[in-house]
Amino acid sequence: MVISLDELPVGTQARVLSLEHTGPIRRRLADLGLISGAVVQCVGVSPMGDPHAYLICGAVIALRLCDCKKILVLR
Amino acid sequence: MQYSVALAGNPNVGKSTLFNALTGLHQHTGNWPGKTVASAVGAFEMGSSTVTLQDIPGAYSLLAHSPEEEVARDALCFTDHDCTVVVCDGACLARNLLLVLQVMEISRRVVVCINLMDEVKKKGITLDPDVLSRNLGVPVIGITARKKRTLPAFFDTLQNALNTPPIQHFALPLDSAIEDAAAMVEEHLPNVFPVPRRWFALRLLESESFFDTYCAQAMLDETEKEKLFSPIQRAKELLHAQGIDDKELSDRIANRFYQTAQRMMDGVIVENGASYSKRDRAFDRILTGKYTAYPCMLVLFCLMLYLTIKGANYPSQVLSKLLFSLQDRLSLWLSPILPKFLHDLLIFGMYRTLAWVVSVMLPPMAIFFPLFTLLEDAGYLPRIAYNLDWPFAACGACGKQALCMCMGLGCNAVGVTGCRIIDSKRERMLAILTNVFMPCNGRFPTLIALISIFFIGAANAWVSALYVTGFLIFAVLITLVCTKILHKTLFRGLTSSFTLELPSYRTPQFSQVFIRSILDRTLFVLGRAAGIAAPAGLMLFLIANIDLGDQSLLAHMTEFFDPFARLFSLDGVIFTAFLLSLPANEIFIPIMLMGYLNLGMLQDYTSLSALGETLAAAGWTPVTAICVCIFTVCHFPCSTTLLTIKKETGSWGWTALAAILPTTVGILVCSIVTICAKILI
Repeated sequence: MVISLDELPVGTQARVLSLEHTGPIRRRLADLGLISGAVVQCVGVSPMGDPHAYLICGAVIALRLCDCKKILVLR
Repeated sequence: MQYSVALAGNPNVGKSTLFNALTGLHQHTGNWPGKTVASAVGAFEMGSSTVTLQDIPGAYSLLAHSPEEEVARDALCFTDHDCTVVVCDGACLARNLLLVLQVMEISRRVVVCINLMDEVKKKGITLDPDVLSRNLGVPVIGITARKKRTLPAFFDTLQNALNTPPIQHFALPLDSAIEDAAAMVEEHLPNVFPVPRRWFALRLLESESFFDTYCAQAMLDETEKEKLFSPIQRAKELLHAQGIDDKELSDRIANRFYQTAQRMMDGVIVENGASYSKRDRAFDRILTGKYTAYPCMLVLFCLMLYLTIKGANYPSQVLSKLLFSLQDRLSLWLSPILPKFLHDLLIFGMYRTLAWVVSVMLPPMAIFFPLFTLLEDAGYLPRIAYNLDWPFAACGACGKQALCMCMGLGCNAVGVTGCRIIDSKRERMLAILTNVFMPCNGRFPTLIALISIFFIGAANAWVSALYVTGFLIFAVLITLVCTKILHKTLFRGLTSSFTLELPSYRTPQFSQVFIRSILDRTLFVLGRAAGIAAPAGLMLFLIANIDLGDQSLLAHMTEFFDPFARLFSLDGVIFTAFLLSLPANEIFIPIMLMGYLNLGMLQDYTSLSALGETLAAAGWTPVTAICVCIFTVCHFPCSTTLLTIKKETGSWGWTALAAILPTTVGILVCSIVTICAKILI
């Protein structure tokens, strides 16, 4: 099932299909290991519901939902 | 032999811990990404040779996005080091390898140092450094920088690496179209840096902003710059013609690095546990939980303030007695040798100010900061940024601003420099301009003292702690409101993206934190006292003792400001004291006392209740006390902070705004309090 990353429930894993970002943030995400083909797991939600925390390449990274909306993943 | 070695690595992998362990220097460390924002240099002996070690700010990549990554990139690609040590976190080795590969492209000798081996073990991961070393073709060593006994192996590896001749630079092969374009640029580049020209060619193709940096470093004049510019454009056009635009180029390079890193990991991980540990998850459920996160934050801060207030009381009195008895001795020695005016100037002007600052400021800070460092060491600070990102995002800013605010509690100048961790320039400006709302080292004790004497008396430390927490919340709210206003007016723009790494929780190193942090704070406070408060004391003494007409300069000033200051519940003396404490906020209360008692010198007072009586006699009401506390939080930053803001923003205009904005806010809020008080009472 293809969803955007912000819809990924806590505790579940998915594989990244594509990123719609452009510019420096795309590069930054790539540096963090978030590129197509990578596996991510949602591990937490902050108290106000945004940002979420994801396990990427062995590290926990917090990302805002507006950024996650542009990342398509395959559950 | 002399060697120069650079220490690079991802943020928060323990570079500074290793740096300190090697050099014995006390670079601040903390468990959050971005703690080191500028390069530090130290040296250590290794056998018969001296090694100069440069600690480079943490970077995820050398293809810079943020100012601190630019510092890292420039330190590595324009300077010739004998060896670069890349520190990696064993728990996310694959990602760390991206940086390792990038460093291998520009450094002649590379040693990969896998740090945090103890944590890796705890997470159930077993890895084999030898396999990685074979895959990469460079030496790899696993250590735990916090444990000294793991260091000899590191020394051996480094020594061996330095003894071997430099290897050929590694060059990650790219698609032929990209290689052709790079070659087109390469032939026009001067051969002035130790790094292969191909690397610069690729960076120039990738990043437009790198062009100016490169030309400046290579010392190209305008004509040479133009000559270089056109081949870059031509190469880009060639790439575009083959369907490789800027985004695609950047993607292909990133993907190639990623794939290579994955390949290098072949056989390295022997056993893979749950890399996000159960313990971290349990802590996060409470500390970042929906209903528990904010209460936990408040309770933690309140507890820290309670311990500070409770604990600082006694040492403050002891210090004050000691320093003032020393003053009598000094006076006895000096009075026969010096003329009276000079004696008074030194003793009552300089020494008393110094004694005051040390006895009132030092104990609370020497208690608060070790406690705060414990939280930092444990890995709690990034969670604060995580919890507070939503409100900051709603105000058009970045959650990392919360980290800069935490640093601002120590010193606003440090907080302002720390804003470099924020990637977007717009959001960085917001954080710089509002950092002063965090009560720093020099103002925090003033708040504690005023609240203790005016509202509850020193007896009830819990209530004092609650009040001070209240003022901290007020400071945070004011920061948010001002950030929002700036975002809607001067700094319009879209909120940028936000990526923040949440490190594993670590058991803080209690003994080390306490010793180092108490020592650091003591040195910091003493340094400020000697360097700024003492000279300021001299100046004050002169202002208070040089008469103009029938009264002193100080009295003239207080009289002049009195009608204006009374509009918002302060008075001339308080307002003058704020103005004169521009060099150091620490001396605010001493100046005020000097003004009230109409004496040409600072008063010794040994107990807070004596201070309370003086203030009550001067006509202070609870409203005055509240307004003074508010104005303490909201007024222009000290001169050091202003100079730092000038340095970071590069503009006197923004620096002026950084002074005008908080002062205006302070006057406004105090006016509102005054009006409300008039209506209610």
